[in-house]
Amino acid sequence: MREIVSEFARRIHRAALERVPLRLRGGGSKDFYGGPLLGEILDTGCYAGIVAYDPTELVITARCGTPLREIEAVLAAQGQMLAFEPPHFGAGATLGGAIASGLAGPRRATAGSVRDFVLGVKLMDGHGEVMNFGGQVMKNVAGFDVSRLMAGALGTLGVLLEISLKVLPRPATETTLRLEAQQGKALELMNGWAGRPLPISATCWAARDDEELLTLRLSGAHAAVAAARGLIGGESVDDAPAFWDELREQRTAFFAVGIPLWRLSLPSVAPPLVLPGAQLIEWGGSQRWLACDAPAELVRTGAAKAGGHATLFRGGIEARAAGVFQDLPAPLMALHKKLKQAFDPVGIFNPGRMFREF
Amino acid sequence: MDMDKQRDNLAEHAVVVASTAIAGVIKALHRILPEEGLLVAEEEARPYECDGLTAYRQLPLLVVLPESESQVVAILKLCSEAKLPVVIRGAGTGLSGGATPVENGVVLSLAKFMRILEVDPLARTARVQPGVRNLAISEAAAGHGLYYAPDPSSQIACTIGGNIAENSGGVHCLKYGLTVHNVLSLRLALIDGEVIEIGCGALDSPGYDLLALLIGSEGMLGVVLEATVKLTPKPQLAQVVMASFADVVTAGNAVARIIAAGIIPAGLEMMDKAATAAVEDFVHAGYDLAAAAILLAESDGTPEEVAEEISAMRAVLEASGATDIRISADEAERLRFWAGRKAAFPAVGRITPDYLCMDGTIPRKRVAEMLTRINEFSEEYGLRCANVFHAGDGNLHPLIMFDANVPGELERATSFGAKILELSVEMGGTITGEHGVGIEKVKQMCVQFSATELALFHALKGAFDPHALLNPGKAVPTPRHCSEYRLTGTPRAQP
Ligand SMILES: Cc1cc2nc3c(=O)[nH]c(=O)nc-3n(C[C@H](O)[C@H](O)[C@H](O)COP(=O)(O)OP(=O)(O)OC[C@H]3O[C@@H](n4cnc5c(N)ncnc54)[C@H](O)[C@@H]3O)c2cc1C
Repeated sequence: MREIVSEFARRIHRAALERVPLRLRGGGSKDFYGGPLLGEILDTGCYAGIVAYDPTELVITARCGTPLREIEAVLAAQGQMLAFEPPHFGAGATLGGAIASGLAGPRRATAGSVRDFVLGVKLMDGHGEVMNFGGQVMKNVAGFDVSRLMAGALGTLGVLLEISLKVLPRPATETTLRLEAQQGKALELMNGWAGRPLPISATCWAARDDEELLTLRLSGAHAAVAAARGLIGGESVDDAPAFWDELREQRTAFFAVGIPLWRLSLPSVAPPLVLPGAQLIEWGGSQRWLACDAPAELVRTGAAKAGGHATLFRGGIEARAAGVFQDLPAPLMALHKKLKQAFDPVGIFNPGRMFREF
Repeated sequence: MDMDKQRDNLAEHAVVVASTAIAGVIKALHRILPEEGLLVAEEEARPYECDGLTAYRQLPLLVVLPESESQVVAILKLCSEAKLPVVIRGAGTGLSGGATPVENGVVLSLAKFMRILEVDPLARTARVQPGVRNLAISEAAAGHGLYYAPDPSSQIACTIGGNIAENSGGVHCLKYGLTVHNVLSLRLALIDGEVIEIGCGALDSPGYDLLALLIGSEGMLGVVLEATVKLTPKPQLAQVVMASFADVVTAGNAVARIIAAGIIPAGLEMMDKAATAAVEDFVHAGYDLAAAAILLAESDGTPEEVAEEISAMRAVLEASGATDIRISADEAERLRFWAGRKAAFPAVGRITPDYLCMDGTIPRKRVAEMLTRINEFSEEYGLRCANVFHAGDGNLHPLIMFDANVPGELERATSFGAKILELSVEMGGTITGEHGVGIEKVKQMCVQFSATELALFHALKGAFDPHALLNPGKAVPTPRHCSEYRLTGTPRAQP
């Protein structure tokens, strides 16, 4: 494994010298995400393996190339899980890619985001230097929180060699319910429930044929789930784990359409959006998927007006080149450039994958 | 070394230049602020000479107490033009010297920013000014069945601005998270007076996660002008189990066994005999004074859920060798059990002229070992030590008791503390879990981080504050700090 790290450093030195960018890539399962793919591939998948896992510490440390599947299996064997339920989007998904993309699954709204569970990283920066930030303990405020900054940075700040994550026990029981609700009503219900101490762990509103359905998952102690179930009503859903898996992996009919897919991140209370195309809502109203080929400007303005932002989650090559994430205000962009500079002064890691500007 | 000297000369030069400019700055400040918003006289500035780390004091050049965002912006512009250092201050309850003034620096107090701007029960958020007290947020949200989850023991006094700067935790953060897990967006003034929004009403924002970087940045990157925080539904019921143990090792092991049983208690705290004795005298919580250690384990949720979890925890605690177990019979008793824990620092403060509060965090499984070592250090240094722990998080608060008026005791207490921090790093942990580095632990940063890691911290600081005017000298040591420390202190442990 040492040789792999030295090889990474050599590649980085050469890239810096020759000014040829590197494209960090684990399993390639998220190649579709973010701006255009530029540079020579630096394969992080070969740096794999679980470094430490002690269930009573609620912490796992693994190398970036470790398959997400392997991590999930090892945790499941001890009755634990990655609470942010990362989507894989392909059999080869690695831990490094999951953290760098910062994407979370259905449990996000209640359990927390990817960065909420990051405890520490071992990072290789644009000089090929290896550095450690954070650690393997629950609380750590020594120095700036560089490790959490890596979640969602799309590999633009360095190579995440190792990552330590907080893990949680799997809930004692889970059950999934479904009721009919129009979009406005569904948003009202989800926000109302979220303000009460109910063990809701996932929500999904979608239109199917001529029905509008709200599906929700309850997770927790038997007593709490039973009580909530009585209160919420609806019908229970068979084969619920498959339903949430298919949703997380975007394999349902909604995601099968070939047109651009937008991810709108909004305040959960934002009223139904008046935009062309089909919508699917998750995270209690905070994450709204929009399948439509309307002009980008229209979608972005709509999201901004609703108090959030829009990401072109799946678009064509051309559309990606035009910008995937909502533009930043000038002072924020200036800060981003300076931060990028601090980690990767020559600009060799994943140029353009986040913003065209760096 | 040479570079450091040069830097020192430059710094001295800068001070001279600044002092001639100071009169001009004061004049300009008079135009920005009302009479009572500018404290220049020594007796007026004196109350600001320290924060909760009272062993270190420094009179500031002056103190400003703005009331509006435009005043803050004007002050920052002035200070950055005059290259005057600025130390931001909330309630001054910090325990690491984060709000300790710097020589010839301005203290920017946000004490007047006390408004709760909005509570949105449907969105479960509160938008507040930085000087709002932690507890005031929960009080404002209570009518909606909501509260702000992070609950530092200082919550009646400390401000949300301070909480954000320190990434403060509380006794419930194993289950409900730290400040970083409960803040949705910030309005921030940079040192040059530019105001930016970080985060938005949604759960994420485009670009880097600057919220994560800012939370816990110890007043080094910008002034928090406003924060939107997450509110959590109040559980229907909470109950706490209090278990006694005949020795600290057994108590430490019981903590790991609760987690191993798949339970995440709403709170999991430990106090040793010295701590319970001090507290019992003070708040009469009904603690078992014969026990070598007690554990407080809380469960919350629906009544059925709590009953289920309490009986599970009870079983684990019994099997782990608890000598006595009590379960809070009602809300009043639950609060009484916690009152003692939350009053631990002031209680210890009553039985000793001075104390230092350590804040290392270690893997849970090493808690017992750490306690044993602390007892050995206590004998070695001839100083008493009471231990209060966020046991569920492995976050330790040894309270080292000393008398600053006895020559040499402060130095002994400091070395004792340094030993604990270095041992925390050696055990795979950190020198600070929630109180911050400040000035107190700046040297131990050299034990935890390498020169390249520290250089990166300086680069990040430079991205926000190129002239290092915000809280200079705090939190991140210079290479010289470290070479001096390595000469006198313990060499850096290799990771
Ligand atoms: C008895 C006691 C018990 C405590 N218990 C706990 C506990 O359980 N958990 C815990 O985590 N801490 C605890 N603390 C420590 C302390 O209360 C916290 O660190 C708290 O967050 C500090 O808030 P403050 O308003 O007093 O900030 P201050 O002490 O005034 O400042 C702390 C830091 O925040 C910066 N700052 C303040 N306001 C702003 C702002 N608006 N923008 C940018 N930076 C700002 C300052 O520059 C400084 O670096 C305790 C302290 C005491 C005295």
